[in-house]
Amino acid sequence: MNLKLKVWRQAHADDRGTIVDYDAKDIPEEASFLEMIDIVNEQIIEDGGEPIHFDHDCREGICGMCSLNINGVPHSKERGITTCQVHMRKFNDGDTIWIEPFRAKAFPVVKDLVVDRSAFDRIIAAGGYVEVRTGSAVDANSVPIPKDKADAAFDAAACIGCGACVASCKNASAMLFTGAKAAHLNLLPQGEPEKDKRVLAMVRQMDAEGFGNCTNQYECEAACPKEISADVISKLNRDYAIASAREAVS
Amino acid sequence: MKGLINSVSLFWQSSIGKKIVVAVTGLLLVGFLVGHMAGNLLLFAGREALNEYAYFLHHMLHGAGIWIARIGLLVSLVLHVFATIALTAQNRAARKERYAHGATQAASRSSRMMIISGLVILAFIIFHILHFTVRIDPELAEMKDAAGHHDVYGMVIKGFGGPVVSLFYVVAITLLCSHLSHGIASIFQTLGLRTRKTAGATRALSWGITVVLWLGFLVIPLTILFGIVKDPGLDAGHSQSAVEASSTSDKH
Ligand code: FES
Repeated sequence: MNLKLKVWRQAHADDRGTIVDYDAKDIPEEASFLEMIDIVNEQIIEDGGEPIHFDHDCREGICGMCSLNINGVPHSKERGITTCQVHMRKFNDGDTIWIEPFRAKAFPVVKDLVVDRSAFDRIIAAGGYVEVRTGSAVDANSVPIPKDKADAAFDAAACIGCGACVASCKNASAMLFTGAKAAHLNLLPQGEPEKDKRVLAMVRQMDAEGFGNCTNQYECEAACPKEISADVISKLNRDYAIASAREAVS
Repeated sequence: MKGLINSVSLFWQSSIGKKIVVAVTGLLLVGFLVGHMAGNLLLFAGREALNEYAYFLHHMLHGAGIWIARIGLLVSLVLHVFATIALTAQNRAARKERYAHGATQAASRSSRMMIISGLVILAFIIFHILHFTVRIDPELAEMKDAAGHHDVYGMVIKGFGGPVVSLFYVVAITLLCSHLSHGIASIFQTLGLRTRKTAGATRALSWGITVVLWLGFLVIPLTILFGIVKDPGLDAGHSQSAVEASSTSDKH
């Protein structure tokens, strides 16, 4: 299949950057989206140009490294998958595909389609952990955890930290990420004792990084490759309100 | 005390803190709208009922009640507007470079024009207060009923007599309800009351309130504009309702 690509090219962080047109010729239907870019890059290199830079690692939807806004949607319009899991058979011969980096002030472009997502690492460093060693894996059920809580924590823990929530949000808000990471620990007995401290620190770091504010439009939920529910945002709001009230009086 | 002030200021500075302020003030304003609409509907019970209700509002707690309500509403409104403008400015700044090719998957149209609908509603509120509360039109200001009270009933019917004003009300109320269709549901999410179990109920409740408010507010200017409700005049007997009055006059 033959495709027209409109790709964001930006030489370095301070470069203006612009959309550049490419022809992707003879792309096999069974190729993945990233393989399609690999093929285009081989042609660019052969022509003596600078290949298109993009992030990737596992290429099987578990590491959260791949990004890309594909036709306006992070990880493409396909629900519940990452960019590396997108396949060319989902496109038609002759399609035009827009490929842009994840856009947010807190995710500055490094080069072309590569963005710096270390703001997420700093949110985790602010409170996304349990401060003490909780021991090696214990016997199953030695610490009883209600099934619904275990399920909710597991759903939240599915977050791979890719940043699609930020990229899709009209306000570049990181509430789905922060909510998922906080909920995952807050719901479990090991994380419970530091709940208030964690929520306050993570939200404050999130704000300091320059992410926008959630306006409850649920674009994040639709874009999340792990289909994490915006319920974690509601929970973060609730936990933050309670933690703030406790902080104010204690 | 210093620690408390510090905590409150951290709360206001945070994204979630300001959003909670927006949600709580929004909830108070929605509560006011429901009461306001219910009071308005007394128009259909006739001149006496509406004017007495207005007289009661102005005189409860020896006249202090209305000022407590007004100050409460004003504070809520100011906080609501301040916080949302601050949040919107931060949201704009959070994405300097826009997508060349963007797409929307989940956000409703109403949710995407909250700041526009909000600012139009703000302008409308100012107009509405000048129109019916301050009453800058002396013709509306000086209307009295048989008991010597301000004739709210006559004022409303006269005030909605012209198509321009009535249509402005229709547009403004429709925008208000667009604002509420996203706003009421957002209150639950921001206050952390929306969960997997309550999501359906909160959505239904928010749409229910929005539709009831839209119908309840618009039925008044529209029935007056189309002549379904007419002012029977002060001599027509206070107990007779306007609808009866207009249907009897139609028979002549
Ligand atoms: S490359 Fe690892 S999730 Fe896509």
